[in-house]
Amino acid sequence: MVPFAGWEMPVQYEGVIPEHRAVREDSGAFDVSHMGEIEVEGPRARELLDSLLSNDLAKIEPGRAQYTLLTTERGGILDDLIVYELDPCRFLLVVNASNAATVFEWLREHELRGSDVRDVSDDYGLIAVQGPRSLERLGIDDAPAFSFAEGEIDGIACMVNRTGYTGEKGVELLAMADETGDLWERVLARGVKPCGLGARDTLRLEVCYPLHGNDITPETDAISAGLAWACALGREFTGVEELRRIKEQGPERRLVAFVMEERAIPRQHMAIDEGGEVTSGTHSPMLEVGIGMGYVPAGISKPGNEITIDVRGTLRRAKIVPKPIYKREEH
Amino acid sequence: MAASESYPEDLRYHPEHDWARVDGGEATLGITWFAQDSLGDLVHYEPPAVGASISQGASYGEVESVKAVSDLISPVSGEVLEVNQQVVDEPERVNDDPYGEGWLIRVRLSDPGEVDGLLSAAAYKQLVDELA
Repeated sequence: MVPFAGWEMPVQYEGVIPEHRAVREDSGAFDVSHMGEIEVEGPRARELLDSLLSNDLAKIEPGRAQYTLLTTERGGILDDLIVYELDPCRFLLVVNASNAATVFEWLREHELRGSDVRDVSDDYGLIAVQGPRSLERLGIDDAPAFSFAEGEIDGIACMVNRTGYTGEKGVELLAMADETGDLWERVLARGVKPCGLGARDTLRLEVCYPLHGNDITPETDAISAGLAWACALGREFTGVEELRRIKEQGPERRLVAFVMEERAIPRQHMAIDEGGEVTSGTHSPMLEVGIGMGYVPAGISKPGNEITIDVRGTLRRAKIVPKPIYKREEH
Repeated sequence: MAASESYPEDLRYHPEHDWARVDGGEATLGITWFAQDSLGDLVHYEPPAVGASISQGASYGEVESVKAVSDLISPVSGEVLEVNQQVVDEPERVNDDPYGEGWLIRVRLSDPGEVDGLLSAAAYKQLVDELA
């Protein structure tokens, strides 16, 4: 177990590789109760979120969720999060554990008369069940990505969210904190493999989902990170002028995905010889090579270009590839 | 298939979780069951060059699992005679068979007297039990 933002978290159960493969081939469960939950409610809740979040809330409706960014005045990323529209005056934000306090403070500072911001992290637990057989194992029907509804698993009430961090079909189950332990046991009893933080990281990196703190930070902007699709630049929100300027001028560097061409495993903070550094790196259990993401000068960021990673003093060749790095072969 | 815990009697051990199988003036080196179990499934082995000099207590290479990198600490000093290429190609062999197919290098000892200072299987086992 390793400490993570104040939580004791299992890095692995059986092992990162078998857990990773279970999620790609069948199903795996992750206890991600450490994630923060913040509720924003009131007649001006939407107005508050509209002014602070990068994506366009008007694109969703009750029962739908959206990936969005909380941005700084300089266009940096305070957190990436998922906003759930519970009803037109009530929203739930699921935020990164290590940023939960920052996000809460930020929202509170900007609170309007008529928008109530509450940290409800302690009220809820969250279990992600992911993989091509996850729905079948849970006995629930398919539904569009980023939709959600009230549901239950073996009698335990939960919000069933069609979201995840693995690139696979699946759900994230939001349950009352005191019932989450039971829910976890019920999910496992259905033959879903328990997975730790290690597999969560290798799965998300294979499909190039950024990790806040590594690939995106308050010092990096959404355009350079390739997250312009989550920014409605035609709207007004914190930092939008800076993001428009970067978009117009073109970013100086870009977050790229790469695959090692020599045997080596890239790791966070390793220098890229052509400029920039690795922000996430690991061994891909599906491709069985070293993979990573990192910022490189925009001029060399095209897929196909070769870059060189400084692996503890030894230069190793890698190739920039299109995102995602791993894609299931279609049959 | 992961190996089950064992510390063979015929090996000598370094407290940094490395073993040596001494045969006259040569030795075969590897990492212990405890080391591979702590690291998890190995996915990379960075060996030294054949002919390189290695020193007791110093790093001669690296092994990596998905989550961690670990230096290989040499239990003896000497010259590298051979690298186990099979482990370079399939590092998981170390997990499967840490004392057999998962050996890492073969060396010519430059100071055979060093071996006397290494731990017996029983002494190493005791050290591991204290860590657990």
